[in-house]
Amino acid sequence: MSYILRRLGQAVIVLLAAFTGSFLLLQALPGDALLIKFENPELGLSPDQIAAIRESYGADIPLPVQFWHALTGFLSGDFGYSVQSGTAVRDLVAEVLPDTLRLAAFGFLAAVFLAVSIAFLSTFPRLAWVRGVLRSLPSLFVSVPVFWLGIVLIQVFSFQLGLIPVINPSPAQELILPVLTLAIPISAPLAQILTRSVDDTLLQPFVAVVRAKGASRTWVLTRNVATNALLPTLTIAGILCGELIAGAVVTETVFGRAGLGRLTEQAVAHQDTPVLQTVVLVSAVVFVVVNLVVDLLYPVLDPRLTRKAGAPA
Amino acid sequence: MTSPLIERTDAAATAGARLRRVQPTLVLAILVLVVVLAWAVAPGFFTPVDPVQGDAAAALQAPSFRHLFGTDATGRDMFSRTVYGAIHSLSGAIIAVTVGLVLGTLIGVLAGSIGGVADDILMRLVDVLLAIPALLLALSIIILLGFGTTNAAFAVGITSVAAFARLVRSEVVRVRHSDYVEAAFGSGGRYLAVLVRHVLPNSLTPVIAYAALHFGTAILAISTLGFLGYGAPPPTPEWGLMIAEGRNYVATSWWLTTLPGLVVVLVVVSANRLSAALASRR
Repeated sequence: MSYILRRLGQAVIVLLAAFTGSFLLLQALPGDALLIKFENPELGLSPDQIAAIRESYGADIPLPVQFWHALTGFLSGDFGYSVQSGTAVRDLVAEVLPDTLRLAAFGFLAAVFLAVSIAFLSTFPRLAWVRGVLRSLPSLFVSVPVFWLGIVLIQVFSFQLGLIPVINPSPAQELILPVLTLAIPISAPLAQILTRSVDDTLLQPFVAVVRAKGASRTWVLTRNVATNALLPTLTIAGILCGELIAGAVVTETVFGRAGLGRLTEQAVAHQDTPVLQTVVLVSAVVFVVVNLVVDLLYPVLDPRLTRKAGAPA
Repeated sequence: MTSPLIERTDAAATAGARLRRVQPTLVLAILVLVVVLAWAVAPGFFTPVDPVQGDAAAALQAPSFRHLFGTDATGRDMFSRTVYGAIHSLSGAIIAVTVGLVLGTLIGVLAGSIGGVADDILMRLVDVLLAIPALLLALSIIILLGFGTTNAAFAVGITSVAAFARLVRSEVVRVRHSDYVEAAFGSGGRYLAVLVRHVLPNSLTPVIAYAALHFGTAILAISTLGFLGYGAPPPTPEWGLMIAEGRNYVATSWWLTTLPGLVVVLVVVSANRLSAALASRR
């Protein structure tokens, strides 16, 4: 119980620190984004009007008060206003979130499928060269620039082979290439961990026992090894979620899709800090919460851990 | 416990065995890195063509003997641009790795050697940095500093500070409790002297291997920022920016994006191969 409380407290502290950090960074910003936008002489605003605008954005009240407002606002889902369009960041995010969630969900599934295929196919000893190729795939995947991968996929599948139309693709066709682009780099660390843990599990005595009892290789792999080997992948679940958000920035830009990533890319291009800050903080929350859940769930999923902790050293 | 002496001879034996069977992929990787390094140092030696001045009469030509990587819409030679682009990627990666290494080592050594509250505070700071995806963290730094090659490289460096700090801290904690450090303190060594002369050198080997690994990652990240338009401004021949520019001609001129991208992949694969070799040597 005390472990759960301590772990919970740690998560809250990290998130609070992340929020404070990003808040202070925003304040330290040299070019006040509001001034950049409204002091433009073409708008012809008087200093009084600018002061009024600054007041409406809450830029003239003391810093600690601003911090409190920002924090309580963030917790209640009020992320401030976009400097670029004046729209509430919450509305901007809510508008594009379904697109990105769909892309990320399919991307995640594809990445898991790829990683599991690589890990399990590479355990078949009969095809040595196939195994070699499969084992080197993850290190190739992490070396490929995501944006380039997307462009090459468009080139090959849309223009060379003509498999996926560029103009008026169906919703499913539209998703295939972005999902692949997002999935391939994310599958790499997953495949590496899986391969290692499948190898480790195959060396365990119980595998030899099951084999000796006459179980086929496939039986052992699917019934005994898979359940044991999949657990360690949970430890990178938080990182994978973060990579899905970061990957969406590049993928959506390459494919010109609306989404959270495109919103982020535009925000940086237009110095729209409230929007970027929201995306950054939300992804930090996702990372910390997912890691917290994994840490708390792990002993439940793997009873060996609790037993080991209880045993005398 | 094995004695340090036995460990040393073991390591020497395996290193010898490794030297005897030459690894072709490692040789190839080093060759690629040497060539790209030469591109960065003396680009004029590899191509006589100007990377920025185009020949409008020779626009959008497919790769040929005259133009190895073809030409772009304004007739600029893509091979020449790729060669001249090496310096931007390499110097950017060097800046990024240096920033990550120096700041990370500083935080790691402070946290590991002082311990206590300072350790807690510094490591929570590192946790915060780790909680933000690298690309988004880099974008936050860029929105703060503005666009440009150096700023992008610095931002990429910041994204690796946390990982370096964690690694250095764990090494410092391990070394600090070793016998020879105890002995150095026992024979009257002052805190800072022991730290600099004994703890730091013994902590750095895995850190250097990680720095090599981060070199490839940094090249990737810098080209991504260049592609998004936050790095070098046009007409700089930066690899990511070149691919972004070639994107508009993807239907007709495959070489504009494919060939510079392949160079990036080759360089990153080679850097990762080299760092894997460095990591397995310790």
